[in-house]
Amino acid sequence: MQETEQAPEQAWRRLRNDQFSGLLLILFALYLYWENRAYPVGSLAEPGPGYMPLMLAIFLAAMGVLIIIFSGRSRLLEMKWVEAPHAVIVLIACGAAAFALERIGYRLTIIALLIFLLGVLERKRPLPVLIVSISFAMISFYVIGDLLVVPLPRSPWGF
Amino acid sequence: MVETFQDLYLGFSIALSPQVLVYAFVGCIIGTLVGMMPGLGPLAGISLLLPATFGLNPIIAIVLLSGVYYGAMYGGSTTSILMRIPGEAASVMTCIDGYAMTQNGRAGPALAIAAIGSFIAGSLGVVGLMLLAPTLAAFALRFGPPEYTALLLMGFFILAYMSAGSMPKTLSMAGLGLIFGMVGIDTMTGYTRFSFGVIELGDGIGIVPVAVGLFGISEILLVAGAAEPPKVQRPKLRELIPSREELRLSVGPIARGSLLGFLIGIIPGSAHIISSFVSYGIERRISKHPERFGSGAIEGVAGPESANNSAASGAFVPMMALGIPTSPITAVMIAAVMVHGISPGPLLIQQQPELFWGFVASMYVGNVVLLILNLPMVGLFVNLLRIPYAYLYPCILCFTILGGYSVANSIVDVWIMLGMGVIGYLLRKFGYDLAPIALGLVLAPMLELSVRQSLAMSAGTYAIFVNRPIAAIMLGIGVLIVVLSLKPLISKRKDWRASVGLESEQS
Repeated sequence: MQETEQAPEQAWRRLRNDQFSGLLLILFALYLYWENRAYPVGSLAEPGPGYMPLMLAIFLAAMGVLIIIFSGRSRLLEMKWVEAPHAVIVLIACGAAAFALERIGYRLTIIALLIFLLGVLERKRPLPVLIVSISFAMISFYVIGDLLVVPLPRSPWGF
Repeated sequence: MVETFQDLYLGFSIALSPQVLVYAFVGCIIGTLVGMMPGLGPLAGISLLLPATFGLNPIIAIVLLSGVYYGAMYGGSTTSILMRIPGEAASVMTCIDGYAMTQNGRAGPALAIAAIGSFIAGSLGVVGLMLLAPTLAAFALRFGPPEYTALLLMGFFILAYMSAGSMPKTLSMAGLGLIFGMVGIDTMTGYTRFSFGVIELGDGIGIVPVAVGLFGISEILLVAGAAEPPKVQRPKLRELIPSREELRLSVGPIARGSLLGFLIGIIPGSAHIISSFVSYGIERRISKHPERFGSGAIEGVAGPESANNSAASGAFVPMMALGIPTSPITAVMIAAVMVHGISPGPLLIQQQPELFWGFVASMYVGNVVLLILNLPMVGLFVNLLRIPYAYLYPCILCFTILGGYSVANSIVDVWIMLGMGVIGYLLRKFGYDLAPIALGLVLAPMLELSVRQSLAMSAGTYAIFVNRPIAAIMLGIGVLIVVLSLKPLISKRKDWRASVGLESEQS
């Protein structure tokens, strides 16, 4: 019983990087083919808007197969993801900043993002965090928004 | 020839105007700083600065951005030599012998030779651009849609053959880029493709959010949690002078690197990166004492540094003469001039000579500025490296959000940028080259339109691609490259990448 449970896990571990990524590429090509059904393909002589995406889906699937075939020199799929938790937190923070940018304005968003990244994630001391966060937001807004006249979002309170 | 010098005179009259000089200077300083910062290469630097150029006139805009480009090439070498951290990918090879020289107490001469080699190569590259681009542009006036189709296909095959990774992987990334380029309204039928109901996607996906996401954000995601960088040496001005022997040993590598870099620069792909690898490989191979490489050989600094700067100039040839970007950097620069209603291509040199020749002359000026700026101020610039990365990367992230948003004042672009950051992070973990994605994105509309126009011209007959001699030759070269790339697989011989050390980093 235990052996049968371990078998799929061992098979998974025997998979190589290129085999895995080639497989993902084929799945993406199939998804692309599925999405492309909405557009007329036309004919070889008179291609429609769906023609090129269809050709590219076939091309990507073919490349996926080739990557799998020539995956012999690739490393085993035992990748280290040590930086992944940190990367996920950074990404979530950036996503929250993107959500907030047009709602609370550039300066408040950037101050909040920097306080989170420096103070919470990197655990830096509060005073330098506040100085860096506020001065970065203010100076970058002044240079890009005021001096170079690039319109940056402001908060509902005009700040 | 006389005409060329008259045009160059026109260019210098523009490039030496105080306003252009100031922007060239500012571009070089920003570029040097950007090149020194890990996680911010020339591409991310140019992309972030792009919105700031919208209010400038097109000549100043392109002078500023190209200053950032070759400034970053210079700046990248400083961190490589002093800290063994390549500020940008083209400086990876400089790390090997540059850092070994630092450990041997020869950081100053290594920095000086890198700067002198970059200056000579950059200047020779501009001469090549000046002589080659107008000739190529005149020839390209004969191109119709079939020739452009063949040229783009040939470019993709050359890109795949010359890239650092395997050919199927590179081609699949180019295909992925082409798919991204299909998003938006189809110009020939008006269909909106792959927009998923998001109105902003009707205009397609812009190069800036893709480039910043793929190259900037993915780098931060990969290294943000890493340990603090090591302490940095701060060389003094008097320590910078190389010995007579070091100068003698550097002459050949600088000359070879300049020529090689320029030729590779014209070819599609991450030319400045590949050229430095190839140059290092060649120098090691032809050296009488190859055992010195890796333990502080000055040739290992002079060759790659000259090659990557010369490649930066070479990349401008197809951009200016054909309107075709051969690297993500030139793709962003094309976007920068197109904002001003100017389309780079065969007619640009005829219709906007002041733009082309002003740009060429500004490159000479920029190289001089960089030489003057970098050597005496290297001690000042390295202070930037003392900023802990834990403080640096949040600020870089804020810049990327700012840059992504301000190109089109669209929050959708920020989401695209973050999405591309995730895609770039995963693809890099699996050992894929990201440059072909950016190229595919930019070239997709051009390729699709030229294929369909060609078929409209020939009433649906594909023979048009082989009946026209220029198109047939270019397609023939493309097929030859595919055959060449298959050869090592069949005969089990070593690929060219293995000989220059590019395949050491297998995924």
